[in-house]
Amino acid sequence: MSEPVIKCQSVYKIFGANAESMLKEANGNVDAKTFQENGCIVGVNNASFEVSKGEMLVVMGLSGSGKSTLLRCISRLTDATGGKIFIEGQDLLNLNNKELIDLRRNKMGMVFQSFALLPHKTVLENIAFPLQIKGIKTEDSINKAMDMVKLVGLDGRENYFPRELSGGQQQRVGIARSLAVEPDIWFLDEPFSALDPLIRKEMQDEFLRLQEKLQKTIMFITHDFDEALKLADRIAIMKDGIIEQLDTPANIVLNPATEYVRKFTEEVPREKVLLIKDVMDEITSDNMGDIKVSKDEIIENVAEKILTQEKTVAVTDGKNNIVGSINPAKIINTVFGGRKNNH
Amino acid sequence: MELLKKYPKLFQWLFLLAVFFALCFAIDVPETYKFIRGQAEFVKDPNQSAFVFLGKEVRYYAFDVFWRLPPLLGWLPIWINDSLFFLMNDWMPMEFWNEDTQEYKTRPLVLQITRNLTAFMTFLIELIREILLGGLETIVAFTSWDWIDANPWAELPGLPWTIVAAGSAILAYKLGGKGLALYALLSMTYISIFGQWKPSMQTLSFILVAAPLSFIFGLGLGVAAYKSKRVEKALYPILLVMQTMPQYAVLVPALVLFGVGDHAAVIITMIVAVPPMILLTLLGLRAVPPEVIEAGRMSGCSNWQLMSKVLIPTARRDILIGVNQVIMVCFSMAVISAFIGAKGLGFNLLLALNQLNIGLALEAGLCISLIAILLDKMSLAWANKQVDYFGNLNFFQRNKNSLFFGVIVIVGILLAYFGSIYFKDGYNYLFEVPHNKGISTADFWNKGVDWIFDTFFVYIKAFNTWLIVDVLQPMRALYLRMPAVATLVLVVGAGYLIGGVRSALVVCGLTLFIALSPWWDRALVTTYMATFGVLVSCTIGFTVGTLCFQNKHSTNFMLNVCDIFQTFPSFVYLIPVMMLFGITDTSVLIAVIVYATIPATRYTIEGLRSVPAGLHDAATMSGVTKFQRLFKIEFPLAFPHMMLGLNQTIVFALFMVIIGAFIGTEDLGQYILKALSDKKGAGIGLTLGICVAFIGLIFDNLIRTWVGQRKKHLGID
Repeated sequence: MSEPVIKCQSVYKIFGANAESMLKEANGNVDAKTFQENGCIVGVNNASFEVSKGEMLVVMGLSGSGKSTLLRCISRLTDATGGKIFIEGQDLLNLNNKELIDLRRNKMGMVFQSFALLPHKTVLENIAFPLQIKGIKTEDSINKAMDMVKLVGLDGRENYFPRELSGGQQQRVGIARSLAVEPDIWFLDEPFSALDPLIRKEMQDEFLRLQEKLQKTIMFITHDFDEALKLADRIAIMKDGIIEQLDTPANIVLNPATEYVRKFTEEVPREKVLLIKDVMDEITSDNMGDIKVSKDEIIENVAEKILTQEKTVAVTDGKNNIVGSINPAKIINTVFGGRKNNH
Repeated sequence: MELLKKYPKLFQWLFLLAVFFALCFAIDVPETYKFIRGQAEFVKDPNQSAFVFLGKEVRYYAFDVFWRLPPLLGWLPIWINDSLFFLMNDWMPMEFWNEDTQEYKTRPLVLQITRNLTAFMTFLIELIREILLGGLETIVAFTSWDWIDANPWAELPGLPWTIVAAGSAILAYKLGGKGLALYALLSMTYISIFGQWKPSMQTLSFILVAAPLSFIFGLGLGVAAYKSKRVEKALYPILLVMQTMPQYAVLVPALVLFGVGDHAAVIITMIVAVPPMILLTLLGLRAVPPEVIEAGRMSGCSNWQLMSKVLIPTARRDILIGVNQVIMVCFSMAVISAFIGAKGLGFNLLLALNQLNIGLALEAGLCISLIAILLDKMSLAWANKQVDYFGNLNFFQRNKNSLFFGVIVIVGILLAYFGSIYFKDGYNYLFEVPHNKGISTADFWNKGVDWIFDTFFVYIKAFNTWLIVDVLQPMRALYLRMPAVATLVLVVGAGYLIGGVRSALVVCGLTLFIALSPWWDRALVTTYMATFGVLVSCTIGFTVGTLCFQNKHSTNFMLNVCDIFQTFPSFVYLIPVMMLFGITDTSVLIAVIVYATIPATRYTIEGLRSVPAGLHDAATMSGVTKFQRLFKIEFPLAFPHMMLGLNQTIVFALFMVIIGAFIGTEDLGQYILKALSDKKGAGIGLTLGICVAFIGLIFDNLIRTWVGQRKKHLGID
């Protein structure tokens, strides 16, 4: 494996006057309550994880769980109180101001919940803004920005002002702006939370389309568990500054690590989240029918096919080799049974 | 007992009042007390006690200290004065090159700095004045008189009035559309035809220098305060005091530092106009959403880029509202600084008022108001104007206004040229209408004033006598009858009940400063006049505001009326009241009432309007009548905002009371006015100004604390 793009080691963010000395005293054992009694608020508590190239890590948590704070530590919009953060092997917290600006100008892009567009600039100027800040010639930056406008499907509106656009369109501008410098790392802070449900779904699909094309390393913040399941390669669930569980969507649904995580997974329609390979059995000698399903299919898509069979169905990998089996009872159990046990 | 538990606050207040009145009755008026006491340091009387502080002898009457505290701060004005003189005349003498005599000369540093500053200001004012009115000073400053003699073509005349009028109309059109352009054209033409062109342009040139300089300094300091907590903390008390400081009071020390004339006026105007600009800049920058700042950071902005490309453009509207404020203050100061020799409409206005020529005063006042309204509307239009996109327009479309102005300039020059041929012998009316050759309505107004006086004299006199004898004098006597200790207890007690120990201490400090100064009695007179004005203003303002709020059209109408009235420079208010009531306290009080009713009305309407629409619907669905809704829902929720209106009303009233000294009052303002013509007046003027500012700040502190708590309690922001 190559080096991870983002690497966090025991990152702490504590707000308050004497946060640093208190963190030192606590010696790695931060208890939010004792800190609060001393006038400090714990934002991020001992976060350690890695994000590898091209991966999308979704950080999920309710408001106040510290997910946005974590993102701001990694983009160094705030300075972490303790721990180490590496961006492509560079120690982020040791960068001086100039190096930090360089990093942001070339490696990072960020999308904000409230769009955060500059009200006095047109769509095109907003998108060209990071390029012009970098010192790129006006003509080149405008050309590049125009490409971005096309990428997010806003051509024809490039001379509009943000105030003349709908929320979804404004966020497209935000996305285009964050992509204009072609960053390797893409931060998205609840980008779709301020949008209507229908628009939100449309934007999620659009986002997946973009990611398939661009293959960025992504940290995506959301408070919506369904959104996390839909988009993520891996999900980190945060509560009170602590990462409760960090795993693939399937593993989180199948094996919730804590009671808190279980509560989220209860209502999740498993057939929409789990893949065949997540629930399949060993290869058996039972007589299997002629029908085969791929191990990378979502259960929902092939359930009908399997359930209409009376027999066990063979599971294949990409090269059509049989790698496992699955019988209808297992499907029924996964979809309906799993949840009953929890009640 | 149960009542006491139910309304603990009420009983605390009652107890405070009881203590206050007990003190009032317990402390007798000492026999030696006379209201018109000489100022401590000037009158010598064997009955006086004396003490020496910082080398200055302070004399005072040692009567009962519970009645009036001894003027322990009596040394302060003298000390300020001496320090100022020392700074100007003896501190840090240095060698400076003198351009005129071509040799080095020894001069104190501060004097040299202020002289250079004034020279710079004079240059700027002259520059603009010469563009508008013609002249040679600026050109001479770069060359010499000999050069002018050798090159007579350099003796350019000023711009013909036609060009200035049309130019302002084009600018108004660009900013605010046809209506504003028409207004600009009409008011400029009026000014020209009525022969006020020269003083108007003098005033305008003064404002065109003072306003941009104030803007630059205000913006710079505002940005500095935004970036550094320390700068903000250092600026905060100054900003606070300057908000309630009467503008008169700043004149006196500036007189010492910068002398007499337009340049001193510009510097004083900056001192007064910069604080609101700082406040609004700070407000605007603070209101920039944090995510926008983060977006700027993530785009890789350096600190400078973040400020110039993200923060300031995003806060554009608030900053331009600041510009509007600056312009308003400049107009107000344009009149007031006529006291220290600023030329223009303000000077004419003061002169006319002094001669009781109401007609002339009215003409000058009208002109200054017309220009003030024009610049006010133009700057507001600029603030509210959205940026447009020009990328897809061609050259002509993009520059049509500039091109049109170019045409106007040529036409104007041609007109002026033809004018010089046509009006061969007399004045060239197409170039400039001279002061005494315009149409004057002064006689008409003066006759009108005479007529009013002849016709209604009996009634006005009767009203005047009644007001003074039956209302004002008893009220004044009551205020003066308060022993200093009782007042102190009342104010500090109120502070404690409203805001706890902290508030009590602040208020106590402010009151003590006034009580220990030699002018406690005068401060009481100022307070009495302000109180009377505020009471009447609030009654009128709250009633009118509530009535107007019942109808959408009348609401908008009233807000517009408030806007226009607020634009008038404060001195203008004195003209009509002097017309009707002559030189009496009544005139001052009526001016106070008219002026202070503006914020009272405005804040009432705004407060009522800020009640959320959801609550209206909820109330209507509960089946309330109009009155129930007003008293049970709208008033309680709007009350905090209305109290802020009260705060503004107090500031406005104090301000006008001090200006009223021009008509003749017996309060602090009169002493400030006297200090203006006193050689040693700087310290006195400044101390008096601080006293007035502190009166305002006492109320400001109490009201703001209360409003803050109330808003928290109601959960509104």
